[in-house]
Amino acid sequence: MNKTVNPNDLTLEDDNGPLYAARKKVYPQSISGTFRRIKWGLMAFCLGVYYFLPFVRWNRGLGAPSQAVLIDLPNSRFYFFFIELWPQEVYYFTGLLIVAAVALFLMNSVGGRIWCGYLCPQTVWTDLFYAVERLIEGDRRERMKKDKSSDPMRLERISEIVLKHSIWLLIAWWTGGAWVLYFNDAPTLVKELVTFQAPMIAYIWIGILTATTYVLAGFMREQVCTYMCPWPRIQAALTDEWALNVTYRYDRGEKRTSVKKAAELRALGQQVGDCVDCYQCVAVCPTGIDIRNGPQLECIQCGLCIDACDNVMTKIGRPKRLIGYDNDINIQRRQDGKAPVYKIVRARTVVYSAIIAAIGGFMIYTLATRSLLDVNVLHDRNPVAVRLSDGSIRNAYTVRLLNKSGYDRVVAIDANGPANLTIHVVGVDSVTPDRPMIVIPRDSTSELRLLVTAPAEGNPEKSIPVRFHVTDIGLGEAASATDNFVSP
Amino acid sequence: MTDHHSDIDSVTGKSTTGHEWDGIKELNTPLPRWWVITFYLTIVWAIAYWVVYPAWPLISSNTTGMFGYSSRADVAVELANLDKIRGDKMVALGAASLADIEKDPALLALARAKGKTVFGDNCAPCHGSGGAGAKGFPNLNDDDWLWGGTLDQIMQTIQFGARSGHAKAHEGQMLAFGKDGVLKGDEIVTAANYVRSLSGLSTRNGFDPAKGQKIFAENCVACHGDGGKGNQEMGAPDLTDKIWLYGSDEATLIETISQGRAGVMPAWEGRLDPATIKAMAVYVHSLGGGK
Repeated sequence: MNKTVNPNDLTLEDDNGPLYAARKKVYPQSISGTFRRIKWGLMAFCLGVYYFLPFVRWNRGLGAPSQAVLIDLPNSRFYFFFIELWPQEVYYFTGLLIVAAVALFLMNSVGGRIWCGYLCPQTVWTDLFYAVERLIEGDRRERMKKDKSSDPMRLERISEIVLKHSIWLLIAWWTGGAWVLYFNDAPTLVKELVTFQAPMIAYIWIGILTATTYVLAGFMREQVCTYMCPWPRIQAALTDEWALNVTYRYDRGEKRTSVKKAAELRALGQQVGDCVDCYQCVAVCPTGIDIRNGPQLECIQCGLCIDACDNVMTKIGRPKRLIGYDNDINIQRRQDGKAPVYKIVRARTVVYSAIIAAIGGFMIYTLATRSLLDVNVLHDRNPVAVRLSDGSIRNAYTVRLLNKSGYDRVVAIDANGPANLTIHVVGVDSVTPDRPMIVIPRDSTSELRLLVTAPAEGNPEKSIPVRFHVTDIGLGEAASATDNFVSP
Repeated sequence: MTDHHSDIDSVTGKSTTGHEWDGIKELNTPLPRWWVITFYLTIVWAIAYWVVYPAWPLISSNTTGMFGYSSRADVAVELANLDKIRGDKMVALGAASLADIEKDPALLALARAKGKTVFGDNCAPCHGSGGAGAKGFPNLNDDDWLWGGTLDQIMQTIQFGARSGHAKAHEGQMLAFGKDGVLKGDEIVTAANYVRSLSGLSTRNGFDPAKGQKIFAENCVACHGDGGKGNQEMGAPDLTDKIWLYGSDEATLIETISQGRAGVMPAWEGRLDPATIKAMAVYVHSLGGGK
């Protein structure tokens, strides 16, 4: 590797070539085929979910939001269909993020960067923007010709450009609009937006996301994937030789010749490659690369070149999948005359799946068994303990009761620990003085000041644990918390 | 200095800076123009900032800038807005009776929050940030009150104080029996031991309870009552309980009896608005000792 370069061997190009390469605009050609159909389907699904999910309703009873998916920032609540999360349960999102990351690893170890090619928002919206462009300005050749043309612009061309950007902006605006709907009641906000009654922050966010969508999908496009996104760099460390990446099977394709010449040579019984050098794989590529140069950083594994090549192979009567999801091991095996092997189940994929199953399972378990009643206790720090005039000792606690359910509760508070203790909640005259009853409104917390008093006799002069039990007297649900009772 | 522009590096074809270290020359790669322009713009920006905003410290003040901006004025506006927002709630607090405030969870929470802040600003220097008190400054968490522990009594004490000079202040003090020559040395020691015996504390050898009772009856019962149970009208503490403002050891009691005690609680009426005083009364009452 450490070959010494003789300056005299450097060509003029090496000498003067700038480190910065200007972007070569990509004009992907339309294509039809299996992977294009999968991409259309996933695009429709992803965009459909994104744009329409905020309008799905979910009945949670009176006074609660009726939106199925809602991030309620002012009230610190997250609603997802039947799930309602409080800020202190944010660890569910941590779990979700871990599962998402490992799922990305799993995808990568199975099929390379298929996330990039099919599901990444950048790909989905860029694909949509290309579709609009193609519809208005025509396919690859026409667009190239129109861009190159040095003729003065005619009304027709100007109207094309204006129309394209208008539709792009409309999509971008709708993208930003849908985003803010996740943070507020969608039908109400739509009404407010239309009548210009919505809060300024909604317009600002729509503006930001309109701009990012328009710029990223309309202009930056494949440059985001090639230069801005860290994932292509990270995934290189996560892939292995068994991952099925979009691969040109050079064992079958080389040497490249024309259709005619190949037929002639085959008639003579000679070995000829299937690739006819038609450049269809390059024409359809959304990142503008030639897959026949082997795996490349720019490749997003979308499989459109597979569709393009399959169409050509069908036309010239050769077997399909000259380009396919494959790996170098199989190319080697074919060259050695062995059958290809596809190892989807291997240590890497099994471990990833196990992690996903374990964390996902744990999350579902904790979510299903979580209590909708909770209690937190905080001991007074100053003073930690108070001696009363009769010599008994009192400790004060701040008790926070959490009612996560959709109905009001009446709970009873008990404490045990020090001998002969009595409890009192400040401001509450309970009919049962030894066992204060507290009403906690639905979906809220109540903070109480609770005093525990115990005689000095019969209690050791050190810290002893005290346990607080909170019981819903109607439903029997219970929660408890432990703190300490100390002497002055 | 040589004209480095003529010194062309043979490999890259670029000019060098003319600096050479052990045969290695540095290529002349000037900063990009946009970078340089941005740099000059930041200087222009800084100068404009000095002019527009307060910037330079002077001997007694500072330059005020073109529009007289000050962050303190911003805070004043924010605080005024806050008062406006809280206005209704504080009015409700001022209108409600003390007992009603403690019954209403929302008002109680507001009063406790407000009371806690105001307590920290005004009361904590003597009573401690948690109201735990110190020698001579009562613990507000316990159930022993010199001037009474009901909501109304607490509020009255906060409003007018004790020996504060206010016309409605609590008056009455522990007389200096020794200094004023009312009791002699050995009588004071006997009285101190008698007071200790009232709450079951040990007494010194040779202490005569009958003599102590006689001294107590002649000098102390007027304020502290027959059994030494104290009198909240006069701020006379209960001498039979476990709580001692200055201390229960013999030396401290001798000091108290001979020198007298007259701690001062300032009057807060006029210094704090009525709603705030109410909030503080509720806060102190809710610390736990309130009757």
